[in-house]
Amino acid sequence: MSTRGKVTGIVANLVTIEVDGPVGQNEICYIDYLGTKLMAEVIKIGGKNAYVQVFESTRGLFVGCTAEFTGHMLEVTLGPGMLSRNYDGLQNNLNTMDGTFLQRGQYTAALDDTTLWEFKPLAKVNDIVQSADWLGEVTEGWINHKVMVPFTFAGTGTIKSIAPAGTYKVHDTIAVVTDSEGVERKLDMTMKWPVKIEVRTYENKPRPFKIFETGIRCIDAINPMVEGGTGFIPGPFGCGKTVLQHLLAKHAEADLIIVVACGERANEVVEIFTEFPELDDPRTGRKLMERTIIICNTSNMPVAAREASVYTGMTIAEYYRAMGLKILLLADSTSRWAQALREMSNRMEELPGPDAFPMDLPAIISNFYSRAGYVNLRNGTTGSITFIGTVSPAGGNLKEPVTESTKKAARAFYALAQSRADSKRYPAIDPIDSYSKYLEYAEVVEYFDKALEKGWVDKVLKMKDMLLRGKEARDQINILGDDGVPVEYHITFNKAEIIDFIILQQDAFDTIDQSTSLDRQRYMVNKVLDIGATAFAFDNFDEISAYFKKVINLLKQMNYQEYKSETFGSFEKELEKLLSERRKAA
Amino acid sequence: MKTKAFQRIYTRIENITKATCTVLADGVANEEMAYVDSRPAQVVKIAGNRITLQVFPGTQGIATNAEVVFMGKPPTVTVSDAMRGRFFNAYGQPIDGGPAIEGEEREIGGPSVNPVRRKQPSELIATGIAGIDLNNTLVTGQKIPFFADPDQPYNIVMADVALRAKADIIILGGMGMPHDDYLYYKTLFDNAGALDRIISFMNTTDNPPVERLLVPDMCLTTAEYFAVEKNAKVLVLLTDMTLFADALAIVSNRMDQIPSKDSMPGSLYSDLAKIYEKAVQFPDGGSITIIAVTTLSGGDITHAIPDNTGYITEGQLYLRRDTDIGKVIIDPFRSLSRLKQLVIGKKSRKDHPQVMNAGVRLYADAANAKTKLENGFDLSDYDKRALDFAHEYSRELLAIDVNIDVDKMLDTSWALMGKYFSKDEVGIKQEFMDKHWAGK
Ligand SMILES: Nc1ncnc2c1ncn2[C@@H]1O[C@H](COP(=O)(O)OP(=O)(O)OP(=O)(O)O)[C@@H](O)[C@H]1O
Ligand SMILES: [Mg+2]
Repeated sequence: MSTRGKVTGIVANLVTIEVDGPVGQNEICYIDYLGTKLMAEVIKIGGKNAYVQVFESTRGLFVGCTAEFTGHMLEVTLGPGMLSRNYDGLQNNLNTMDGTFLQRGQYTAALDDTTLWEFKPLAKVNDIVQSADWLGEVTEGWINHKVMVPFTFAGTGTIKSIAPAGTYKVHDTIAVVTDSEGVERKLDMTMKWPVKIEVRTYENKPRPFKIFETGIRCIDAINPMVEGGTGFIPGPFGCGKTVLQHLLAKHAEADLIIVVACGERANEVVEIFTEFPELDDPRTGRKLMERTIIICNTSNMPVAAREASVYTGMTIAEYYRAMGLKILLLADSTSRWAQALREMSNRMEELPGPDAFPMDLPAIISNFYSRAGYVNLRNGTTGSITFIGTVSPAGGNLKEPVTESTKKAARAFYALAQSRADSKRYPAIDPIDSYSKYLEYAEVVEYFDKALEKGWVDKVLKMKDMLLRGKEARDQINILGDDGVPVEYHITFNKAEIIDFIILQQDAFDTIDQSTSLDRQRYMVNKVLDIGATAFAFDNFDEISAYFKKVINLLKQMNYQEYKSETFGSFEKELEKLLSERRKAA
Repeated sequence: MKTKAFQRIYTRIENITKATCTVLADGVANEEMAYVDSRPAQVVKIAGNRITLQVFPGTQGIATNAEVVFMGKPPTVTVSDAMRGRFFNAYGQPIDGGPAIEGEEREIGGPSVNPVRRKQPSELIATGIAGIDLNNTLVTGQKIPFFADPDQPYNIVMADVALRAKADIIILGGMGMPHDDYLYYKTLFDNAGALDRIISFMNTTDNPPVERLLVPDMCLTTAEYFAVEKNAKVLVLLTDMTLFADALAIVSNRMDQIPSKDSMPGSLYSDLAKIYEKAVQFPDGGSITIIAVTTLSGGDITHAIPDNTGYITEGQLYLRRDTDIGKVIIDPFRSLSRLKQLVIGKKSRKDHPQVMNAGVRLYADAANAKTKLENGFDLSDYDKRALDFAHEYSRELLAIDVNIDVDKMLDTSWALMGKYFSKDEVGIKQEFMDKHWAGK
């Protein structure tokens, strides 16, 4: 018999329940409010009292309402049919809900149990299997969705029978497996998994080494992301975190994109709902929505479900990774998740850490980031979860607990600078403060050498160096005045401006410029480095800025053209002519 | 506890702070309305039979034996078409001497719209102010505040915007509004012959501050009625949200919550988001647009109130006095409308995005030149031209007294760029240069 209880106290969404039996930390319960069941999670236990966070509004709730405990933690249901779905933070399908407004206590199924799937067995009778082994596959959209032994399956088992190829519904039995205790277990195409626990069914997790192409130049060419890597984007409000995440969702080279809208604006998610079903994925020609799953818990939706949403996203990502897919998980914004933790911790009157955040915030964040990664699966294939979160630092000050904790957990740091956003230098990633630790990985250097160009990482470092020297030159000019410094300073500054305008800045709203292939990036990087290495002849500083404005203008026009098109070529010719006018004879 | 006097078993007040009191009672529902000694109050905490109530007008003079009457329902507003032209207090009761409203009684602060039932906003709101329409275009269904120091004329600009915005219904929520500004709005709307489109919920400076907490929800529940039932384009004006947040801080403080930054409650973000996220475009044409005012102290936008607001709203409009032209302008650097890209170049001329960016960039060059000048350096020819451009750009386009249509704003921009700069200096895509370039 399951444990039951009665409500004895309420403060906002923290409810105290006096229980009549055993309860587990993080166990889910349902509070009965006049016939409506409100889902809640145990977050603290003290004597006979369970303190639960309710995933819904607690308006109207009163002392004496009954509660029923489920015996399990917050789980998601995994199986075919998640692709292209719009879920809330608890994996309710938003599209199948009734009405214009969200009604509390309305929980909808994550998977449709009437859809027929074309199943093909991959395993055979008498095969020895363990959790996450592939039993068969169905075609979900364009993905070969593997039907796996449930992640919760302990030890090994023997396949007693497996369904022949044919059409099945998700809850039809597709295999019977005899487990190590000799019990026969019927398996269908679904499984459940508690979201706060990492799925560790892979063989091992090596260091990531493959470049993860995003199409965004100031990431790929300056601070590259790798497949299975982690990164984060902190920045004051309005500096472009969400735009950057949407660009990643549109252009990054991944099999599946999971977008977690965590405590941010509904209109931003509506943008995805509206545009992704229309936009083409240039690599496959399919619609973008066909490779996207949205977990949407916007800022006006219940705070506790916001906290759950990032875990829901990560668990779904881990499920697809176990099929050998390349997944990009995005979360905007992880600060809202941390704030949800703070709200609850405050209500429970816990001893607060810095800025009233819970003491264990750094551990929570680093545990989460460590679930990403590139993995070798036990069957010899590989899969990856690349995770990029945003952070919204209070007051734009990066010395705050969420930014600092995340900095320890994530390997790439894309800091958005207010000053760059103010001068519309988008994406506003600060090239000097930002970093990608992956540039230091020998395996990444080697991968670039082979996949792109020998000595590539040196070129990247060269550009960074030029940017830094340009900044120093500008500081000197600002202190000493235009004519107080040698002409060379102006040239150094302007060469850095070329990198800024041509490589770093990218027009998110131009159909061509918004995404750049690696090959095109290589071409343009070589171009600006050539200009950087060129010695120019100038007599005074006044001519310099006018000249380089022309150079930048022509390069920018090139960025706006189809790569290697006729107009691209003619701007390039014009540029060569302009450069030869001032090139110092060797 | 000094006195043990009580009237009825479940109405014994155990504890009184400035904004709350705790009473012993049974069968009370969370967020239920009550009257404490005839003053409106709301349940904010239940611990067994100890019920903590937030008393909106404050607890001055309340005795431990005061009578507490529970209403059995959360705060409500009665909505109907008859609300047009009427003025209400924070509880939704008429304050204009007119009759009570008859209609449907609705709980305020109701549930959110399912995100998949929203429509992407796509309708441009023209205000005539170029600092808005050209650089920070507004869209129906958007939520955006003015960030302004208390001495800026924000209520006047907001009234201009409201009247020019072509909304079906304008709902004005005043929080801590000076009585004079309240009268200003009243006269202005009256004179514009717009009174029948306007509904006001007022908490003025002479009303108790905690009452303000009800005003946004009153406004927005009314807005939802008109936007959903009547498919109306509703514009909600909320001024001043800083005073709203101050009231939140008072209450959370009294409830012994650990304050986070700037003595604000840790839940400030969620509290504000619940309000602003009511802005919505419905598929059937109805919409709720929210324009708010967040007053700053000494221009500090890192303070928790403007900071959290900025993280929630879809941009902000920043008022600043430009001493060079002696006028208030919409600051092009810190201002931003995040929904503008849904309409610019689509609902306005194709060259709009590029012209907008070029104008602001050149204006930024002028700001750099100005810094140089202030540091005592010589200006280059380019710097001088940028400064002249900025002066004219500020006067002709950024000033809040500008009232022209969007095409005229674009033409003016082209004319100014052509007057002061060469082709290479503006960095605009060739196809637009071919069509619109007005210089040498
Ligand atoms: N790459 C870009 N190109 C052009 N404009 C941009 C770019 N990035 C951001 N912007 C502009 O800045 C605005 C704000 O960007 P965005 O919504 O991404 O900010 P944010 O950092 O997510 O802010 P918040 O923390 O408040 O959510 C956009 O609406 C757009 O006008
Ligand atoms: Mg954002």
